Amino acid sequence: MEEVADLESQQVDKMETLTRTPTTQKSSEEPRYKLIAEDIVASYNGIQAVKKVNMKFREKAVTALIGPSGCGKTTFLRCLNRMHELTKSATVTGKVLLDGQDLYSNREDAIMHRRKIGMVFQKPNPFPTMSIYDNVAAGLKLNGVKDKKVMDQIVQGCLEMVYLWDEVKHDLKKAGMSLSGGQQQRLCIARALAIQPEVLLMDEPASALDPIATQKIEEMINELKKEYTIIIVTHNMQQAVRVSDYTGFMYLGDLVEFGETKQIFENPRNEITAKYVQGQFG
Amino acid sequence: MITIEQRAEFRKHFRNNISSRLITDKIVKGIVFGCVLLAIIPLGSILLEIVRNGAPVLSIEFLTAPPGAVGSDDPGGIGPAIQGTLMLIGMSSLIGVPVGVLGGIFLSEYGNNKYGQMIRFFNDVLAEFPTIVIGLFAFAVIVLTLGYFSIVAGMFALSVIMLPIITRTTEESLKLVPVTYREAGYALGIKRSVVIFRILLTSAKSGLITGIMLSIARIAGETAPLIFTILGNSDFFSGFDQPVDALPLRIYRLANLPYDTATAQGWGGALILILIILTLNVGVRYLFLRKRGGGGRFRIAAGG
Amino acid sequence: METVKLRGGSPLYDKIFKIGAAIAATYVLAIIVLIVVQLVTNSYQIWAQEGISFLIGSDWNAVEGSESYGAAPYIIGTFVTAGLAMLIGVPLSMGIAMFLSELAPKFLRSILSFIVELLAAIPSIIYGLWGLFVFRTYLLNWVETPLNNAFGGSFWLFSGTPFGLDIFTASVVLAIMIIPTIASISREIMIAVPNSQREAAYMLGATKWEVFKMAVVPYSKSGLVGASILGLGRAVGETMAITMLIGNATGQSAFPSSLFSPGQTLSSIIANEFPEASSGSLHMAALIGCGLILFIIAIVINIVAQLLVSRVLKTHQGAVLV
Ligand SMILES: Nc1ncnc2c1ncn2[C@@H]1O[C@H](COP(=O)(O)OP(=O)(O)OP(=O)(O)O)[C@@H](O)[C@H]1O
Ligand SMILES: [Mg+2]
Repeated sequence: MEEVADLESQQVDKMETLTRTPTTQKSSEEPRYKLIAEDIVASYNGIQAVKKVNMKFREKAVTALIGPSGCGKTTFLRCLNRMHELTKSATVTGKVLLDGQDLYSNREDAIMHRRKIGMVFQKPNPFPTMSIYDNVAAGLKLNGVKDKKVMDQIVQGCLEMVYLWDEVKHDLKKAGMSLSGGQQQRLCIARALAIQPEVLLMDEPASALDPIATQKIEEMINELKKEYTIIIVTHNMQQAVRVSDYTGFMYLGDLVEFGETKQIFENPRNEITAKYVQGQFG
Repeated sequence: MITIEQRAEFRKHFRNNISSRLITDKIVKGIVFGCVLLAIIPLGSILLEIVRNGAPVLSIEFLTAPPGAVGSDDPGGIGPAIQGTLMLIGMSSLIGVPVGVLGGIFLSEYGNNKYGQMIRFFNDVLAEFPTIVIGLFAFAVIVLTLGYFSIVAGMFALSVIMLPIITRTTEESLKLVPVTYREAGYALGIKRSVVIFRILLTSAKSGLITGIMLSIARIAGETAPLIFTILGNSDFFSGFDQPVDALPLRIYRLANLPYDTATAQGWGGALILILIILTLNVGVRYLFLRKRGGGGRFRIAAGG
Repeated sequence: METVKLRGGSPLYDKIFKIGAAIAATYVLAIIVLIVVQLVTNSYQIWAQEGISFLIGSDWNAVEGSESYGAAPYIIGTFVTAGLAMLIGVPLSMGIAMFLSELAPKFLRSILSFIVELLAAIPSIIYGLWGLFVFRTYLLNWVETPLNNAFGGSFWLFSGTPFGLDIFTASVVLAIMIIPTIASISREIMIAVPNSQREAAYMLGATKWEVFKMAVVPYSKSGLVGASILGLGRAVGETMAITMLIGNATGQSAFPSSLFSPGQTLSSIIANEFPEASSGSLHMAALIGCGLILFIIAIVINIVAQLLVSRVLKTHQGAVLV
């Protein structure tokens, strides 16, 4: 179970061929990995929740993380942008390479890299005292965007991408907390998109959304992957099939199987994976 | 929808300002750490000076003898003050503890309503009251009525000061007792009052004792209310209708005297007082591990 | 358990117990009401005699025959010292609270929290003693005299002759005394901010300081204001240390004319002059009148503070039993 789940031999994704420039096309036989997790071990109070997981995430592709509740998906995802260690009594070892640079090598790099890794949390957490506009713009101000026009454009663009714009365009000054749960979740996605990250970590982004909003978010993911590396945790298998190119199945803190989504769902190599994707437990 | 071209355009507006922001971060951390150091310095200085100036005057005589005549060669001791403080603590607890504990029980077990909320609120307000006002109040109610300064008036003032502290800590510790204990008691058909006394108060014992000890530490150092109630005395206790002395009051009087011997004795008294208070506080800390994180509700206040 | 049950008694017993507890709880209310009544009746004489000029006048003469009382300088002195103490104490307290809740490593956190609580436990009289015999000299030599030499001639704030027993010394010691209160409550309030808020800011690439500004402060603002106001309440009612350090001016001269001029507060005038006032005299009524003014100021401050603090901490505290 601990072998590096590599995807060396996978065929090049269609979307990639469309968007890549000729030069990168040449090197596309050797796939580019945006984010590489090496030997990630994460624990709470000394109890391991993620046990030595190795995973490579392809650039401009969507990777889904599935697995039964409590198997460590959230914990693993939170290791990828050094969010895990902020939890009390939580520890983590291992490496996370973003474009070849280790996030864990020093603290200051972590702050710089986090901007490139947007995150949507399992529970919506808008800044309650900030307006809708300010929630989305929060990261922009941090990163030195001064031009008000550009800021307006980005805020509108991001809210449009999460299909929230039409619902809130008349009261952008309203408090972010005044929105419904699903709207708050979309606001949080917009906030993560606004900083123009390169990697997007999404922890069950659609769990609080109705089918229409879910569909829109999935469309958005499809659109975003032209440029982004997306990792999405989901309990919804259909969703994993619909949006992801690769899927990793986690169980009791281990990465049991990792491969092309099609293969994982149609032709799982591992027995537990097979049981899980057939809905026999979880 | 934001296109890839737009995104590239947007990214141009991002500043690579991380290094300056990290410098700001470092400066702020430095300032904040400086604040902590600045706050510790007075504590260090106070403890140091008290020990340095107070220790030389300590002796059996200092602890037991009454003060000598003002300005005379024999400075005497602070015996009556220590006696008075111990008596005041004991007598105030006689009222403050039972009433406070009962009030706390009421708030915790029967206080989940408007009336309880109101009591809780005013209890917190009273806990933060200027103690000098409570002293004036005790003066008006007891001293003016009886016609003399006495330990009774001092006891009344101090009991009013300790009461809200005990009520609050009792309530807090009772609330920490798991619901299951209560349910188990009620399920067995035991009367509520018995459940409270036999099960809840026993389980909440350490919290209760914490509250009582902290309230004692608090009143031990109270000075202002004593000026209006016990007045001060150079002799040992001689009756419930006579002024008495107390440690903080004696320190105040000694500090105001223009003699070095008096000042030294003031430091000696301060050493005894701080030993009492620190013992109570450190004792609380180590005898009973606090259940709530910071123990903010068990906070104690500087005396008036 | 069986024996316990046998001792249970009747429902009547339960009822009596409940009533007893209710009476004990109500005692607090009764005390507050009685305090108001007593302060009003015992200061009635001064209000009858001086009327509004007790509040706005500044004459203070206890000599029989030419008695005249105006508390305005002391009211102003109370606010000036408390205000200065806040000016010094609040930023420091927020820094300490931030360090304790956001930055300190675990072991330091509990040690420092304990130290802050010890600071709060030191009685006023000891701060007064230390201020009078130790701290005053440092303040005089290292702060007051240099400031006076440099700016005394040109800037009224630093004029006068520094002696160390003045508004400045009293305010600084007062600040030291209220810091533990404000810092420990603020720390609790900051800790009550959910981590998900901090994480949202971290995700955007914020530094610790930016996380604090962006996620912690806005979320806990009203509680932090409440904690500071609670500190103000303490500062306003503080007596012994102030009495020993403020220089005890009376009448006109008690109006604060510079940082280095002696002053007087409502509480210090009471503590200072009480031994000289005889029961039933106008002088005594004037002092109790000062107590009434102090009471009103303190109760307004405290009610505001309690409302702000309890709202924040209550939502965090979890379920209440029964
Ligand atoms: N803050 C925490 N403190 C202690 N243990 C935790 C904490 N958060 C998670 N755990 C434990 O770590 C394990 C993994 O949790 P994690 O949240 O990563 O699961 P998950 O796969 O995201 O589950 P879900 O699908 O329900 O969100 C679980 O056993 C959980 O009990
Ligand atoms: Mg999860």
